[in-house]
Amino acid sequence: MNTVWSERLKRNSLGWGLLLPSLLILGLFTYYPIFKTTWLSLFRMDLSTPVPVFNGLGNYAALLEDPVFLKVFINNIWFGLGTVPTSMALAFVMALFADKAIRGKGFIRVAYFYPNMIPMIAVANIWLFLYTPKFGLLAHVASWFSEQEVSLLGQPGTVMGALIVMIIWKEAGYFMLFYLAALQQIPKDLYESASVDGVGMWKVLWRITIPLTMPTSLFVAIVAITNAFKLVDHLWIMTKGGPDNASSLLLYYIYETAFSYNDQGMGAAMTVVLVILLLIVSSLQFFGWDRKIHYE
Amino acid sequence: MQTYLKWLLLPTVGMTLLAGCGQTANKTATSSPASPTPSSSASTAPAASAKTANEPVELTFYYPVNVGGPVMKVIDGMTNKFMETHPNIKVKPVYTGNYGDNTIKIQSGIQAKQPPDVAVMMSTELYTMLDSNAIIPLDDFIAKDPSINMKDFYPAFVEDTQTGGKTYSIPFQRSTIVLYYNKEMFKEAGLDPEKPPKTWDDLIDYAKKLKRDGHAGLEIPGNDDSYWMLQLFALQNHTDPKVNLMSPDGKKVMFDQPENVEALQFWLDLSRKHKAMAEGIIDWATVPTDFIQGKTAMMVHTSGNLTNVKNNAKFDFGVAFPPMKKQFGSPTGGGNMYIFKDTEPKKQAAAWEFVKFMTEPEQAAQFSVGTGYVGVRKSAFETDTMKKYAASFPQALVARDQLQYAHAELSTHNHGKVSTALTNQIQAVLSGTIDPAAALKKAQEEAERALAPFNK
Repeated sequence: MNTVWSERLKRNSLGWGLLLPSLLILGLFTYYPIFKTTWLSLFRMDLSTPVPVFNGLGNYAALLEDPVFLKVFINNIWFGLGTVPTSMALAFVMALFADKAIRGKGFIRVAYFYPNMIPMIAVANIWLFLYTPKFGLLAHVASWFSEQEVSLLGQPGTVMGALIVMIIWKEAGYFMLFYLAALQQIPKDLYESASVDGVGMWKVLWRITIPLTMPTSLFVAIVAITNAFKLVDHLWIMTKGGPDNASSLLLYYIYETAFSYNDQGMGAAMTVVLVILLLIVSSLQFFGWDRKIHYE
Repeated sequence: MQTYLKWLLLPTVGMTLLAGCGQTANKTATSSPASPTPSSSASTAPAASAKTANEPVELTFYYPVNVGGPVMKVIDGMTNKFMETHPNIKVKPVYTGNYGDNTIKIQSGIQAKQPPDVAVMMSTELYTMLDSNAIIPLDDFIAKDPSINMKDFYPAFVEDTQTGGKTYSIPFQRSTIVLYYNKEMFKEAGLDPEKPPKTWDDLIDYAKKLKRDGHAGLEIPGNDDSYWMLQLFALQNHTDPKVNLMSPDGKKVMFDQPENVEALQFWLDLSRKHKAMAEGIIDWATVPTDFIQGKTAMMVHTSGNLTNVKNNAKFDFGVAFPPMKKQFGSPTGGGNMYIFKDTEPKKQAAAWEFVKFMTEPEQAAQFSVGTGYVGVRKSAFETDTMKKYAASFPQALVARDQLQYAHAELSTHNHGKVSTALTNQIQAVLSGTIDPAAALKKAQEEAERALAPFNK
């Protein structure tokens, strides 16, 4: 008996020892705060209640009646629908091109990837400039169409579109990198045999390239969706969620609630909603999708 | 399995930051009920300072910068001068970003029980600070200190340092809204450069005439703190100068009065009806840039930008009261100096010395000259520094002259929510999705909801 235990200890202690630092950090900075936030979301805790009052699910019920929260939630869904498929499709096409390009391969790859090398805040400032009425390039283009000066970020109707375009520009290059790696993983003999059999380009793409890059697509999709729900820095610089909350997204509204309105209980409740949402997204990997994908 | 774990961790790790908010939040809960004890220390502070006068004290001083210009340099110079004259007190000035960032840093400091010792914050933060039990009243210091004469401060600035009969801050970095205009463009448009528009009708008329040669006639910012600009028009449209957007105790708002609806309608009409201004929402920060670069002939903006415009505009410009309707009027703006609770009495006493020094006439004059903010007290304008400056640059006196018509900026309990309610509706109006009356009614309802817990 003893020998079994000491044997086990010997075998496992190294493993646990190596895990310990990450476990500690994870526990301290991830699981503990999540637990704490969930607990907090059950309390009413804002400027008008100096001593927090237990509120049960009251905060969640209030969320459902908060028109701003609902608006922000719907905004976020539109934002996700606008950015995720487009940036993925663009990334895929860009990767195909960067993979096949004969000349200037390196240049093309760098050019596609470069939006990701600039800090987020700088990106926001660049685009802020592009959208500035009178000076900005894109504002100029927009003013040709509407035949008057347009403030793309200053109108509820255009602000979300303007943000979506910027995020696609930023994300597509990043996702391209994954697709590029995936494309290079595909065995060349598959393409060779296809060409020997005289299979057309589109069929090759449809039957070989796309199915074999599916695991990457899944990965990219999940990253893209979670990113869509985590955007905050660009909003902070460019629109502050305005005008009239037209460009506000979940994380930004959480930030505002917790720090500008000092409504900590509500902020916690929204955080829990966001965590659950993100967990659902990532669990797509576990159930369903994953089984239908071809892995080597 | 390994990959599965990775998937799960990906979003979870992303959430760490969020969850952090919750964690700090919990600390408010514990700190608020516990803190009444240190507040009593305020009254004993001057006595304590006498005993410990020779012990060195170190103060942390937070301040924001919200306008263009060399504000940081000016503040550093002033604190250095303070340390030279007060060798026992060391002040560490910390630049904290704009007013919003500044407040958030201070709030998290309060929650972590590590607030700065003294800070410049928006005058509108008064109720939030009181509700978070974070600041001390200064009445005892004022009463025991003959060298500070509160009557010397302009009443419009003192208005928002007080509530419930107590004074909680000292005016420091203050402003009003003024009209800047490009004199050269006035000449080109055939207007007298010494006669800025006086009334709302003039403003429309002038802006139309000035809109030529590819530049705009007028710009009024509408995205950040739009309520401040609305307050300008609202105050001008009332006949009773005592009427403001909120009650003096910060528990009620009067957004949906007909005068305010008219005021918002006028702002909207400037662009949609009279075509005197670009439609939609104009950005707060680009307005001064546009003005300096000659892309607009007139702008309505904070007087805090005076030095910025003076240093960067390559043309002769004028500064005037924003045009009136029934009366002149402007909300005051900007920040006061607050002293925080939860620190030792001797620090609070040292902080008081610092606040006093920073608002002394000579310093107030220097700060005004260096930044463009209004000198906060009357005697600042008697100093040689100010007299010399005003002689060469009379525009600097406009904001001060306007103070007789100025009133406190919108400041209430739950200020974040109340002011956002109004700002959002103003933005909706400017972008044409709702009419002024309906918008202000909505803002009123939302604000009332936010204020309900404070009216129990």
